[in-house]
Amino acid sequence: MATRAPDRPTAVPRHRSERFSRQLAYRLDVKASPYAYVMPFLLVFCAFGLFPLVYTAWVSLHEWTLLSDVHKFVGLDNFAFLLGDEYFWNATFNTVSIGLVSTVPQLLLAIWLAHLLNRPLRAQTLFRVTLLLPNVTSVVAVVVIFSQLFGRDYGLINWVLSWFGVGAIDWNAGTASSHVAISTMIMWRWTGYNALIFLAAMQAVPRDLYEAATIDGASGFTQLRKITIPMIKPTIVFVVVTSTIGAMQVVAEPLLFGTYSPTGGPDRQYQTLSLFIYENFAKLDFGYASAISWMMFVFIVIAAGVNYLLTRRSGGNLT
Amino acid sequence: MGKLRPGRITPMLTAALLAVSVAACGGGSGEPAASGQPAEKIKLTVGLFSDFHFAPLYEEFKKTHPNVEIVERRAQFNDHHKNLTTQLATGAGAADVVAVEAGYIATFTPLADKFYDLGQYGLGKRQADYLDWKWSQGLSPDGKLLGLGTDIGGLAMCYRTDLFKEAGLPTNRDEVSKLWPTWEDYSRVGQQFVAAKVKGAKWFDGPGENFRAMVDQAPVGYYDEQNNLVAGTNPDVKKAWDLSVQMLQADESAKLLAFSPPWNTGLTKGSFATIICPSWKTGSIKDAAPTTAGKWDVAAVPGGGGGNQGGTHLMAPKQGKHPKEAAELIDLLTSKDNQLKLFTDAGALPSIPALYDDPTITGFTNPFFSDAPTGKIFTDAAKALKPQHVGPKAGDVLTAFGNALQRVEQGKQQPDAAWQQALQDLDRIK
Repeated sequence: MATRAPDRPTAVPRHRSERFSRQLAYRLDVKASPYAYVMPFLLVFCAFGLFPLVYTAWVSLHEWTLLSDVHKFVGLDNFAFLLGDEYFWNATFNTVSIGLVSTVPQLLLAIWLAHLLNRPLRAQTLFRVTLLLPNVTSVVAVVVIFSQLFGRDYGLINWVLSWFGVGAIDWNAGTASSHVAISTMIMWRWTGYNALIFLAAMQAVPRDLYEAATIDGASGFTQLRKITIPMIKPTIVFVVVTSTIGAMQVVAEPLLFGTYSPTGGPDRQYQTLSLFIYENFAKLDFGYASAISWMMFVFIVIAAGVNYLLTRRSGGNLT
Repeated sequence: MGKLRPGRITPMLTAALLAVSVAACGGGSGEPAASGQPAEKIKLTVGLFSDFHFAPLYEEFKKTHPNVEIVERRAQFNDHHKNLTTQLATGAGAADVVAVEAGYIATFTPLADKFYDLGQYGLGKRQADYLDWKWSQGLSPDGKLLGLGTDIGGLAMCYRTDLFKEAGLPTNRDEVSKLWPTWEDYSRVGQQFVAAKVKGAKWFDGPGENFRAMVDQAPVGYYDEQNNLVAGTNPDVKKAWDLSVQMLQADESAKLLAFSPPWNTGLTKGSFATIICPSWKTGSIKDAAPTTAGKWDVAAVPGGGGGNQGGTHLMAPKQGKHPKEAAELIDLLTSKDNQLKLFTDAGALPSIPALYDDPTITGFTNPFFSDAPTGKIFTDAAKALKPQHVGPKAGDVLTAFGNALQRVEQGKQQPDAAWQQALQDLDRIK
């Protein structure tokens, strides 16, 4: 059914002023109403995103403890202390290490899983739902169960390893071993989720490319490497960036793995940056905790930027 | 289901708004103040960090205060105290009556402007009942009465009779007590136990709790009377450290962190033969390892009795709208008769010394611990108890030393390096 615009002559106002105000209303509608539409989000973002960010910066310039009403302005002292604080750099190292150990295998596995599911299969929905199940499980439940699995004396994993003559590993005590344990928990929760995002992108890749490749005799792996990955590159960039940000913010897993110890183990062997912030907030040292938060924000911006540049350049075009 | 029609929306909205406003009331600390009308319905909230077995006492309170409704809220131990700090700082959300544990009491008593002075509500008369040191822990620096004590944590040593038998040690509690007059003796018997190679069992759970007990027994702990942090220079702390390290090096530790899930498993599986027992811990062991009933017994603590671990005060934050009723509730919950009840119900050792000779307590035996006369053991410990001044950040200090001992235990650091790092951690405590 076609609709017709109202006849022009009737729409034209007779007086100049009337015409002018109509034009103004039209212009306002075109120029201003989009801003009005996004206004609710902007207001909420300012209240819960921008304001805390700015206020945290203000707090970080003070010696600010919760129970005292006096907040002494100390300038950049908190940041100066932070840069010389070995616990801060230890937490940074742990965050990067856990981030790499969890993210890299996770994304490779997610692409492989998505590739497996990206073909006609029986009970497809069942497989996809199964992929997402670990993600809807409560993080507390996941960490409690995995902490039991990684137990030193009665853990399932050590029991299985003992069949192969491996002695009991104190997963919690070692730096590398605790990072592996925590990364396993993160991978368990997020691999399926990322696989589903990859799968959605893969389904948008035109089928005829694969058909042509198959006729040319390209193997499944070659097709994955030469067709799928280049075609879903924007999605890969997106997932890498969100995973990196997620990895920078890991806190629940190490906190619960250490039985509520905010130091992340006696030797701070798995204290992440977020946990380091939590430790200082819990000590009510808000000034220092805010300074760490801002350093973390800077790290996240840098990491996201580097990721973006790297993933944008690599991969090549579909040629 | 039908679609939403305008006619239905209004009542539904009203219902939703009502639900929200009711929920808002439930989250707060009660309705607005009763202005001179004693019969008006009021609600008191009580904030605790575990089950204090207070429920029957609330009923008793309601008999004399039929207009009062009491709601109990519980949170995990550390969360409870951190939440309270936040609630005091932000001026909203605290319960009318809050429990504060001994490790935190000195954090809150300096904040006299945030709590009601219970002396103004006639509770000063209770001073005659109390142990002097427990009473003064609840005072602000300028002498206002901010909190009344519930229980104290006199020390004993719990042990597994089955493991002792396997290792060829005596199992009778009097003979066991004679094995360890001092902590050095305790460590020496531990070496005998380790040498007997009882399968899957070590001498104690982890080094932290024994270290804590040794320091608790000293006349001065981590802080001096003026709240100066002296942990690094106090010879008693260093002595406790050295002895803890010595026990670790003799392989006496099961390397389990107290109250962690593996520790619970260890309790059930018999991974260690002894565990330091403040009176309230007899309850924790029973809860964590119910299947080990009858395998435990209780002996005297090494080092001659003294020492307090834990114990609680009840305080009334000024945010509460009903200070009179809150004070009356605190009075009832800490009364002599009720402290007696709470000992038999929950293992909470009274802070009222007149009860230490009460036959109900002295004659009390605990079936879970092979009918050990825990009433007599813990009242003896309470009588021998030498009070120690608890400083404002005692909890953080203990964490620093506990982590250091664990680093030694896990072979990550030499004892001297771990001690040095612990001292550096103390410097960071503000």
